[in-house]
Amino acid sequence: MIDDEEVSYRLRVNGADHDVPGAWLGESLLYVLRERLGMPGSKNACEQGECGSCSVLVDGRLVCACLVLGAAAVDRSIVTVEGLTDESDALSLVQRAFVDAGAVQCGFCTPGLVMTVHDLLERPKAASEFELREAISGNLCRCTGYGRIMDAIERAFAEADGQRP
Amino acid sequence: MTVVGTRRRAPRVGESAPRPDGVPKVQGRFAFGSDLWAEGMLWGKTLRSPHASARIVRLDVAPALLIPGVRCVLTHEDVTGSPYYGLEHRDQPVFASDVVRYHGEPVAAVAADHPETARRALEAIIVEYEPLTPLVDAEQALDADPIHPDGNLVRHLRIRHGAVDAPLPPDAVSVEGIYEIGMQDQAFMGPECGLAIPSDDGGVELYVSTQWLHVDRDQVAACLGLPNEKVRLTLAGVGGAFGGREDVSLHVHVCLLALRTGRPIKMVYSREESFFGHVHRHPARMWYRHSSAPDGTILRVDARLMFDGGAYASSSSAVIANASCFAAGPYRVPIAAIDGFAMRTNNPPCGAMRGFGAVQTCFAHEAQMDKLAAALAIDPVALRLHNALAPGDVLITGQTITGTAPVAELLRSLAGAPLPSDRSADDMLARPGGAGRTADDAHVRRGVAIAISFKNLLFSEGFDDYSTARCRLENGLVTVHSACAEVGQGFVTLAQQIARETLGIDEVVLAAADTTIGSAGSTSASRQTWMSGGAVWRACLAVRAQVLAAVAADHGCPVDSLEWVDDQITVPDGPPVAVRTFSEGRVFEEVVEYHHEPTSTLDENGQGNAHVSFAFAAHRAVVDVDVQLGLTRVVEIATTQDVGRIINPLQALGQIEGGIAQGVGLAVMEEIVFDNGRLRNPSFTDYLIPTALDMPSVTVVELIEQPEPGAPFGAKGIGEPPTISSTAAIAAAIRNATGLALTRVPIRPDDIALAVGGEQ
Repeated sequence: MIDDEEVSYRLRVNGADHDVPGAWLGESLLYVLRERLGMPGSKNACEQGECGSCSVLVDGRLVCACLVLGAAAVDRSIVTVEGLTDESDALSLVQRAFVDAGAVQCGFCTPGLVMTVHDLLERPKAASEFELREAISGNLCRCTGYGRIMDAIERAFAEADGQRP
Repeated sequence: MTVVGTRRRAPRVGESAPRPDGVPKVQGRFAFGSDLWAEGMLWGKTLRSPHASARIVRLDVAPALLIPGVRCVLTHEDVTGSPYYGLEHRDQPVFASDVVRYHGEPVAAVAADHPETARRALEAIIVEYEPLTPLVDAEQALDADPIHPDGNLVRHLRIRHGAVDAPLPPDAVSVEGIYEIGMQDQAFMGPECGLAIPSDDGGVELYVSTQWLHVDRDQVAACLGLPNEKVRLTLAGVGGAFGGREDVSLHVHVCLLALRTGRPIKMVYSREESFFGHVHRHPARMWYRHSSAPDGTILRVDARLMFDGGAYASSSSAVIANASCFAAGPYRVPIAAIDGFAMRTNNPPCGAMRGFGAVQTCFAHEAQMDKLAAALAIDPVALRLHNALAPGDVLITGQTITGTAPVAELLRSLAGAPLPSDRSADDMLARPGGAGRTADDAHVRRGVAIAISFKNLLFSEGFDDYSTARCRLENGLVTVHSACAEVGQGFVTLAQQIARETLGIDEVVLAAADTTIGSAGSTSASRQTWMSGGAVWRACLAVRAQVLAAVAADHGCPVDSLEWVDDQITVPDGPPVAVRTFSEGRVFEEVVEYHHEPTSTLDENGQGNAHVSFAFAAHRAVVDVDVQLGLTRVVEIATTQDVGRIINPLQALGQIEGGIAQGVGLAVMEEIVFDNGRLRNPSFTDYLIPTALDMPSVTVVELIEQPEPGAPFGAKGIGEPPTISSTAAIAAAIRNATGLALTRVPIRPDDIALAVGGEQ
């Protein structure tokens, strides 16, 4: 362990409480999720808030988990890609759209993008393709050129519209 | 004939198939290398040189070992086997000993029980350097003192084709140019990662994200001083590669730490370390002279290609071979004199990146073709069509094209495609620079241009290139085993499709890629569709033959009286045999090692049948340029591509769009910046790759399907061509918009704004 004072705290992730005993205070939420709580779905592509691969919801706000200290997320409601569906083998409509549209290649950016698009679905729909592109421009993808991702987003919006009363 | 049922079957060859790893990837459950964990695991980290060139005068690790939680510190003295590794030449030290030759060269590695402890341990290691003047210019390296015992020249490839000593006719038209390309990074999203676990037999299990398990294994075993069979590699989930994982990175370090500590070691590079930890695309300076008859018939191409390979050889000799062989582009060139040089310098090592040497020369030869067209007052497309290579033509390496080469078809199809509509003057986001830095709409000009690319598929120059695959049919389930590295390109989908197509069985699973089976070769050179796809296909065909023989024996009839229809086999003496049922309690299994047709080396004039096959793509770029601010927006890339045959249309589209994105990046955004050998922008804050907003819409005008002889199902690899000529097309479109020469990519705002300002 590190020769610093250790901290212990509790995080609420995907509706369940998780104890984080004896942690280094400098650990990011991303590190705690991945390395202490066994939830590696949020990815570690840049760890400086540029790529969006670690996007999670903290009290409903989309954030880069690499830029939030784990200890600063106490008493917050954290949702990760692992918590998007109730059952472990189920797919949300966004996840289904990504698979069907061919929006996944290496898949490293995918969990972050899925989180971003879930967040987008909660907002007033972007008026133009440019606005949609801007809305996901905080998520870098190196494989796809974004074409099939844009298609997945359109599919997700269409599906969500169909489900709305 | 059996009536084929209407039940929905899984996609076969030629149909869009979903990725078998798609669901776990969207759920966050797919295990990438960096997600791995083992009981008792320690964290490894690497200490790297802050200098491009220096002598190490003191190295003291004792202070690091005093830090609680630090379990091990290793330097060059702790390497138990060969001190050197390398993809083609083993010239790169596992750890620097007396000198460091590039900024970022590994000097030591530590293992600690927390990554922050490991980071502090690196800070505690004392290294005193005597900085030396770095050699950072490839041209100067030709005459400079050697920076490495093997010398500064990695390879000079000399091509002399046709009557090079004959004078040109007096009415010949010549154009000359010097072109430069900056250093591009693969920027795969998943940084380098590995988990090494010591095994009971004194060996090690390495789970690593890579492109070529077996060549890694060979290098790691040699550096550990272990026989190959004690080093077992398994592919850990790969977050993109694009060439950057063809070389060894952390592999030896993590295994040495595991063997020394007796504990599992996990190493994951940060983004910053990733920029230092893998090879990059070679920067290049290229002089060209094209000479033609007044009617546009190319008479001769002269070129001198200077590629900076950085401090160690990596795959530089193969990269400069590709650059040289394809230097003239997909045109008939009766006389060529090409000199390609790959040099050692104190810049970071360069090696494989998507396009592998052809990207650099495509940028140059396509700029030259436009220049020649302008000099001759001939339409650029017409000039290319007039000289377009076709089957039966002879390359500048003396090789005759025996396969497909639809160069003219690609150009005609692309030239006939409609242009995108004009930009809406009202839409701020549609202007160069977006809403953030938009100039007056009146300053925006639109440029349009085309470019076409040419590259080999598979390994060349006599390399015995092969892939191994096992197919096993048991209880109605097909299991395919290959060491082919799935890096995101979709081999896992393709292998399933090929097995289903061949055996008619929907249920196809892939065993983990590892070194318990023979090599599949590298996931590079657009080769896995052909090579590992071909090996899987042949293994499935062999199993198919076994099943047919068994059915024939059971029914006492000749094999040729049977017919395999989807998942059933018709027999002359009764109802059809269901393959699923027939394989209950039986095992049909075959391992196939598939080698492609042999190639030859290049002789002293660079002549020889060195390549197996070729692929071509054409791109048309539409770019809006704010000429005052120098800002650009790539509006559209339209493309045609020579694909042989499409195995998975959806996946093909993804490869094309993704490849174009990397071409866009190289054209207007991406460059690793150096200050006297020191890398200045190792982050996604400072090294910019295209976002969704930077990426244009891609229009696939036509995928030309001319089945390639020898390729499985006639399919050519399609990964590289989209990257090769998209950059050249964008640069040409910006020239078209601005009238500037723009001989260097990436094109920066000041290349445009200062030049335009200077003209006014």
